[in-house]
Amino acid sequence: MSRVRVAGVGLTEFGRTPERTGRELFAEASARALDDAGVDREAVSALHYGNFMGALGERQGHQAPLMAEAAGLQCPATRYELACASAGAAVRGAVQSVRGGEADVVVAGGMERMTNRTIEETTEALAIAADELFEVRAGVTFPGAYALMARSYFERFGGGPEDLAHVAVKNHANAVPNEYAQYREAIAVEDALDAPTIADPLGLYDSCPVTDGASAVVLVSESYAEANDVDAAVAVVGSGQGGDRLALQDRTSPARTPATDDAAAEAFADAGRSREDVCAVEVHDCFTIAEVCALEGLGFYDPGEGVGAARRGETTADGDLPVNLSGGLKAKGHPVGATGGSQVAEMTRLLRGDHPNSDAVDGTVGLTHNAGGTVASAVVHLLEAVE
Amino acid sequence: MTWTDEEIRDDGFDDWLDAVATGEGYYLECPDGHASLPPRLVCPDCGATDLSEALLADAGEVVTYTIVHVGTGAFDDQTPYVVAIAEFDGVRITGLVRGVDPDDVETGAPVEVTVGENPATGDRVVVHRAR
Ligand SMILES: [Zn+2]
Repeated sequence: MSRVRVAGVGLTEFGRTPERTGRELFAEASARALDDAGVDREAVSALHYGNFMGALGERQGHQAPLMAEAAGLQCPATRYELACASAGAAVRGAVQSVRGGEADVVVAGGMERMTNRTIEETTEALAIAADELFEVRAGVTFPGAYALMARSYFERFGGGPEDLAHVAVKNHANAVPNEYAQYREAIAVEDALDAPTIADPLGLYDSCPVTDGASAVVLVSESYAEANDVDAAVAVVGSGQGGDRLALQDRTSPARTPATDDAAAEAFADAGRSREDVCAVEVHDCFTIAEVCALEGLGFYDPGEGVGAARRGETTADGDLPVNLSGGLKAKGHPVGATGGSQVAEMTRLLRGDHPNSDAVDGTVGLTHNAGGTVASAVVHLLEAVE
Repeated sequence: MTWTDEEIRDDGFDDWLDAVATGEGYYLECPDGHASLPPRLVCPDCGATDLSEALLADAGEVVTYTIVHVGTGAFDDQTPYVVAIAEFDGVRITGLVRGVDPDDVETGAPVEVTVGENPATGDRVVVHRAR
């Protein structure tokens, strides 16, 4: 089995750029990744591309070859659709192709253009990640689904809006120095608690923003990196994926996300690493409660213990386990189909030492966690600085 | 040109709504007792294919709920509205909560499942009516 290295990463500045086409966004992210890698375009043998709502947002199906073309790649390309975990799945597919020996140089990533439509249209597009018959038709929105989870969590384990406000405050603080982040302003607990309610018990500051953006990573086999003198200081040492029933009503508990448990178990076993080895985590915090569920599913906290982690200062930049040093989806932004690739790109920068928050990383192993919908899908990767 | 001017039904799902609307709501049960909702050919828990219809319990209770203040297109003129997952003797169903002030909904509250209408679209919608 070939070992996989991250040779280069590229991101667009996340934010609200409604006029920029998807192809332009992905062209920029992939060009930055290829420049960072110092790898020839001709060497790339496949594009693994994530996108969720492009058929609604840009009326564009069959996006993968279009994005290969935009990136200047003459290679086959495939789109992965796994709601908000689309790019995580694309990275995993790319990792597997290199490990299996099918490819030596691949590009993975994703793109989402979201602010070129009305808020109502984008809200409706996001909702289709839920069960159309049993959830969407009953009025379940994306924030509404996470609100159902949050209330279930509070009533089963305790905790409340103030605990979640600390998650938002932490992630906003982390985003301040990040040049790629959408919101680079610190907020206070009171700001979050005073914000309008969107789906009780969740308020505006519990939610990630709507974001345009793209991500790309260049993955190479270790043998290719050595033979071609490619500087690739971070390895992908573990990969895992979990699945669950699509609708919340069909889960054992709306307060738990077992797809994350399964993805993490597979990734840790794959890497031969333990949770104690991990020094930084990027989790899927589309809503503040999602960060809590993620930390518990990943095994860093027992059920019921994760909700107070940010308030206790354990997951802040100066805590024992910094979580979402990029700012997370909450403050860095969440271009849905690009997010999984963005997490891998940010963790690579954090471990290499060229991220503005790299000083907060005390160790060599980082974890990324990307989730789809209400975590009917979860993808986990473990990255390690190797030289 | 369209295939038909008629509203296309969703087999299984709309039949289930018909039954719920007349107070004869059911769920699907496999030989091992796993419950699921139609349309379904296979038990999602164990893969059994001999699924039979069993009557839904009359009385359910709210498992979790949210008061939605920002809706999607089909619901955005109805905010705030309440969505709940309610459990009927082990079978969980998502629906709008009607017949009670949104601020008075709480987990454990008794409900019965019925079928109502989305006034914005005319579509049928699952409704948990406060008992
Ligand atoms: Zn069964």
